[in-house]
Parts: sequence; structure tokens; C-alpha cells
Amino acid sequence: MANVETKPVVHEEDLLIEEYGYDDHFHEHHHGDKYQSNFITTYIFSQDHKMIAKQFLITGMFWAIVGAAMSLIFRLQLGFPEENMAWLKPLLGKWITVNEAGIGSLAPEFYYALVTMHGTILVFFVLTAGLSGTFANFLIPLQIGARDMASPFLNMLSYWFFFLSGLIMFLSLFLNTGPFSGGWTAYPPLSALPQASSGSGAGMTLWLLSLVFFVVSVLLGGINYITTILNLRTKGMSMWRMPLTIWALFVTAILGLLSFPVLVSAFLLVMFDRGLGTSFFLSEIFIGGQALDHVGGSPVLYQHLFWFLGHPEVYIIILPAMGLVSEVLSVHSRKPIFGYKAMVYSILAIGFLSFIVWAHHMFMSGVNPFISNFFVIFTLIIAVPSAVKVFNWIATLYGGNVRFTAASLFAIGFVSMFISGGLTGIFLGNSAIDIQLHDTYFVVAHFHIVMGVAAFFGMFAGIYNWFPKMFGRFMNETLGKIHFWGTIIGAYAVFWPMHYLGMAGVPRRYYRFDSFAAFGQFDAMNQFITIAAIVTFGFQVLFVINFFYSIWKGRKMTSRNPWGATTLEWTTPLEPGHGNWPGKLPTVQRWAYDYGKDGKEFIPQIQPLEEGEKEGH
Amino acid sequence: MNATLATTDYRRSRMHPKKFALLIACASILMMFAAFTSAYIVRQAAGNWLEFRLPDLFYLNTGVILLSSLSLHSSYLAFKRGKTLMYRLFLVGALILGLAFLVLQYQGWQALTAIGVELTTNPSGSFVYVISGVHAAHILGGIAALLVAILHAFALQHRVTPARKLRFELTLIYWHFVDLLWVYLLVFFTFS
Repeated sequence: MANVETKPVVHEEDLLIEEYGYDDHFHEHHHGDKYQSNFITTYIFSQDHKMIAKQFLITGMFWAIVGAAMSLIFRLQLGFPEENMAWLKPLLGKWITVNEAGIGSLAPEFYYALVTMHGTILVFFVLTAGLSGTFANFLIPLQIGARDMASPFLNMLSYWFFFLSGLIMFLSLFLNTGPFSGGWTAYPPLSALPQASSGSGAGMTLWLLSLVFFVVSVLLGGINYITTILNLRTKGMSMWRMPLTIWALFVTAILGLLSFPVLVSAFLLVMFDRGLGTSFFLSEIFIGGQALDHVGGSPVLYQHLFWFLGHPEVYIIILPAMGLVSEVLSVHSRKPIFGYKAMVYSILAIGFLSFIVWAHHMFMSGVNPFISNFFVIFTLIIAVPSAVKVFNWIATLYGGNVRFTAASLFAIGFVSMFISGGLTGIFLGNSAIDIQLHDTYFVVAHFHIVMGVAAFFGMFAGIYNWFPKMFGRFMNETLGKIHFWGTIIGAYAVFWPMHYLGMAGVPRRYYRFDSFAAFGQFDAMNQFITIAAIVTFGFQVLFVINFFYSIWKGRKMTSRNPWGATTLEWTTPLEPGHGNWPGKLPTVQRWAYDYGKDGKEFIPQIQPLEEGEKEGH
Repeated sequence: MNATLATTDYRRSRMHPKKFALLIACASILMMFAAFTSAYIVRQAAGNWLEFRLPDLFYLNTGVILLSSLSLHSSYLAFKRGKTLMYRLFLVGALILGLAFLVLQYQGWQALTAIGVELTTNPSGSFVYVISGVHAAHILGGIAALLVAILHAFALQHRVTPARKLRFELTLIYWHFVDLLWVYLLVFFTFS
């Protein structure tokens, strides 16, 4: 109950907080007891943002393993279409068909289901919920000096709606007709006609239901994140003193809040088309010689609505990673982030631009080419704030006393991936070049590098860096470095060759290529990619083992601020309870990046300015 | 349960976090309807679009929901001034008018069907049904909030505490929001 210090160690942070801190009479409320009185309220229906963050993280990891395993299965199909896959029958059941010779092969319709589920799971469950759900929950209250989120109850609901959404999607994997298989974008008519394919029936119904619950989760989370950042910052934490992680998570939440409702609108209209016979997205369609009742719908309208979410969504994925990387790079190169304000303005610019470029996903769907010009220009303009950020990251590293930890290696790897993937974005943003490249492996390579692998690198950097704060122990550094080198070499080995496939015109989403003479020359390359994918997956297994082993058996954290960081989360006790700070709330006296200033290695944000000292920016 | 853990006196903005959160939620609801109405405009421009006159019931309805908002606002003012009778009376009035809106909305849909504009006839009609239907669902949420407010008004002693004032204001903001949302939708249907 009372926060009794077991060890008589006096921490400098405690003295500073005691002297300058803000007394909000927290200890008189006994929130901690009310919130964490038994197993269920502590670990399951927890309202503590730190526990909810861990729930998001571990659920996200579960989905990452499922999604990645699916990609291995369809990579096996692409690399080795002739190989016997009968050994997968225990797992996939009737989706592996075994011929008289005993050779098992993957059912084509299930190949599509795997591709669809891989996309849906990775984009929504892993890189949205698993990434921003984890770090927004964990870092926002800790880094702005708040006791918890504005509404811990809604925060709890946010996780459980995500859980429910995942549960429904998981169930859909076991349907007799298979999960939805029309691509993660769920374009009509495959999504709007239940008879369009085997996955378009019950599979699509569950897919829609699952994603509507997912949007509820994102909105509940987002409302909380924005309100918390704007209303609950501690004394002295002005907007311009916020760490870049918070800026990034703030803009991410705004993007989600403005774009996800549009997706719900599109889904509602799809539901009406599916169930009640309206024709929002269904034009005149003949199936088996029979004309359907639908008249006059526009499938392109769905694409507009979908990509109005879809494009901001890629920034919802990448902005949190950018924020984490900015923080990790600055801490581990022992230098202030280069161009703090430029970083903030570029986050805002990227956030704004993300809303007016959606049709660059639709250059080839028959939109007016003159309208395409508008979208080309704004798409290419996004390169400017992106380049500002890359320049600033490199300038932050330049001349720094860089500590090559697993966290900082992944942050540097993020910059590498973001450059590689960003450059191909400039190709694809041109509507003329898109005529050749659209729907080829060039696109697959581009978005996997720039928002798949890069976002994962940001997430790994964040996990290695904040793991001690989450669990009070360190992850194994050696395993972490092996994980890094294996992943960066492996990821380039998987996705770099795809650029060549794409430029040669190899289309994405195809079940096999050996019946096309033009693509036969790439068989060896496809095999290489598949092997590289399997090896890279192996390195992720290493990470998962390291993660869970370290939760219980990792090296214990003995000092509060192992990385020598300036931000507020490292002033909390080793294992902070509910409310984060046992006594007063810390107040903020300076910006978040005072590294190497006035001969000091770092100055925490709670340290008052010396007399005559100017706040650094 | 009630767990806004921060204190209020150093915050620059004096708005309560919950009120702020509600406004953000309203913004996201607004985005949903912005999506519907812009889809409407895009689809309309593509042709094959059945033109029809909106039944008068929808206009009558607008009066009803505006009166409901007015009634709720009067109740709020009476609540603050300690006039218990007026507080309760206007609150019940707002609820009845809100329910009347839903009933009239249903009759409006029937009137639409009667003039030959069914749900599946043409996207122009489908949009009206879907958009007003989703709006009605949001009204239903508001009615749930009003029921809770009535429960408080009749079960509890009339005292103007900050917590109860906040609760009332949250209900009031939401109800005004769905009311104005309907006005926007009606103007949109009429002039687009």
C-alpha cells in the first residue's frame, strides 16, 4: 500500500522530483489498490497503460508469427511449385490436395486466402495494433509525465475490441469454405458478392465483422492518445519539449481518427451490397450467363473510400516507427536529435499530405489521367519531408559517440530500409512508370521494404530499447545483434531481387509462373527468395525466444536509467506501479534532447536549467 | 472506474479531458458521414441517378429534433439554476421528442418506399436509406444517454456537483451534435 523503499538507496531523480515535482495528492487516492487487486484486474482486464501495452505487444507478436508463417507457405509454393507439400496436410487439411502419385499441392484458392490473410494480419493486427498500440500505450503517459491515459477504462476496451477482432479473424481461418481470399484491400465484386469465390461467403462476413471491431479498437485508442497528449502533460511539458516519439504517436492517432471512420463507411456499404441487394459498388454483372439484379454500382468508388484510409494507414504504420527511431538514435549516439523542429514539421507535413495522395493506388483503375497528375505531384512532394527526416537521422549519427546496441543497430537499419524503399516510391508515384510497374513484384518489393521491414525495424529498435522499462530485465544483446544482422541481410535478400522480377513484368498474386515461358527464367530467383525468407524467419524465432526468455531470466536492470536517456520514463522506479511515480509527478524543465551539453553526457528533463543556461533547440 | 488521474489546475486548456475526448469522437463520426456524402457526390456525378423529392416527413422531423435539442438545453439551464421541476420536465421532453424523431424517421422511410424509391431501386435512394439509417443509430445512442440522464434526474437529489454537471454537459454536447448532423444531412439531401 504505502510505497516503502526496500533499499535505502537514494536516487538523484527522486530528490529532483521531490524538490521540483508537482504534488497531485496521488498517494491519497490509492488507485493502485483499486486497479490491481487480483490476478484478473492485474493481468487480464487491466486498466494500467503499461499492462495494456504489453498485451498489445504480445498479441501482436502472436499475429506476426501467424502472418509470417503464412508467407512461408505461399513462398514455398512460388519457389518450389513442383515439390511435395503433403507434409503440410496435418496443418492445412483439405487445402493440400494429394494426387495419385502421393504428391501434395497447395489448393489455388487457399493460396489466395493465405496472401489475403497475410496482408490483413500484418497491416492491421501487427503493424497498427502491435506497433502503435504497444508504444502509444506504453510511452505516452510515461514520457509526458501522466499517471495514466485520460480514460483507462476506454483504453482497456480498446485492447479487448482488438482481441475480439483477432478472435473472429482467427475463427475465419477454420471455415469450411476458407477465409476471405480477395486480397487485403477487399475490392468489390470479390468482397461484395458472396458467390464470387469460396472465401467471399462466410469468410468475408467474418473478415468485415473483425475489421469493424478493429476500427472500434483503433478509435477508442486514438481518442485516448490524443486527449492524453493534449490534456495530461505534466507541468512544464510544452508541446515543443515533447520527445519525437510523442509527436509521432500524436499525429498517428489523428490520422487514424480521421481515416478509419471512412473505412467503416465503405464496409457498411459493402455489407448492404452483400446482404440487402443495393448496388453501391456492384455494376451489371453476369455469373454463369445469368444477369444479377445489381445495376449501376461503381467498384472504383469503393477504391476511393478504401484508399482514403489505405494511404494514411501506411503512415499510421511508419510514423510510430519513425518516432521510436528518432529517440533511439539520439540516445544511443549521445547527441541531440538533429533538427528537432524540422522533424516535427516533417511529421506534420507527412500527416497532412497522406490525406491527399490516395489515388496513386488507383492510377491503373481508370481514373482520369488529369486527376492522376494532381496525385503524382503530391505523392512526390512527400519525398521532401521524408528526405528531411532521413537527413536528420544521418546528421544525428554523424560525429556521435554511437553505442552499437541491438536497439541502435535496428534504428540504423530502419534508416537504411527507409531509404531503399523510399527511392522506389518515387518510381511508383509516377503514373506513367506505373503503367509498367503496377501490380508487379516491384510494388511488392517497394511496400515490403518501406513499410513492412522498416516498420518492423522501428518496432524492434523500440522493443530492445524499452524492454528494460517494460519488464525490469534486459534482452540478451548478443542474440539481439545476431537477430539484427540476420534480419537485415535476410530482408534485403528476400526483397531486393523482387525489384528485378517486377521490372521484368512478373505480376504479383499469381499462384505459379511455370506455365508462362516469359517468367521461366526467374525460377532460380524465386527459389532463392523462398530460401532467404525461411532463413530470415528463423532469425525471428531467435528473437521470440530471446524475448520470452528475457522476461523471466534476462539480466536484471539494476539502475533506473541504463541508457542514460533524458526522458521522463527513466525517472520512474525500476518496476513502476499504477500511477507510474510513487510520490509527486515530475515536472519538466527542459527539452528532451540535452545530450553532450556543457560537458555533461546527458541532462534529464527534470533537471532545472542552470543560471544563465539557455534551453537548447 | 472514474479514473482521470491528472489534476486540473496547471492545464492550459480548462476543458475537461472527457469533454475533449467526446469532441474528438464527434470528429470521427463526422468523418464517417463526410465519407458517405462524398461517396454520394461521386456516385451522383457518374450518372444513372434517380432524382426524387424527399418526403415532407423528413422536414417535419428536423423540427422535432431541433425542439428536442432546445428542450434538453432548457433542462440543462434549469439544472444549473436549481429548478428541479423544469430540469426534469424538459429532460423528459427531450427524450420524448427524440423518440418521436425515430418514429417519424421510420415513417419517412415508409413514405419513400411508397413513392417507389425502395432500398435497392437506385443508388440515389439507397444512399438516403443508409445515411439516415446510420444517423438514426447514432440517435439511438443519444437516447441511451438521455435515459441514463433521466435516471439520475429522478433517482438522485438535485445537486449541482461538478461531476453531475460534466455528465450532463457530455450528454448535451452529443445530443446537439447528432441534431446538427441531421440538419447537415437534410441540407445535403435537399441541395445535392
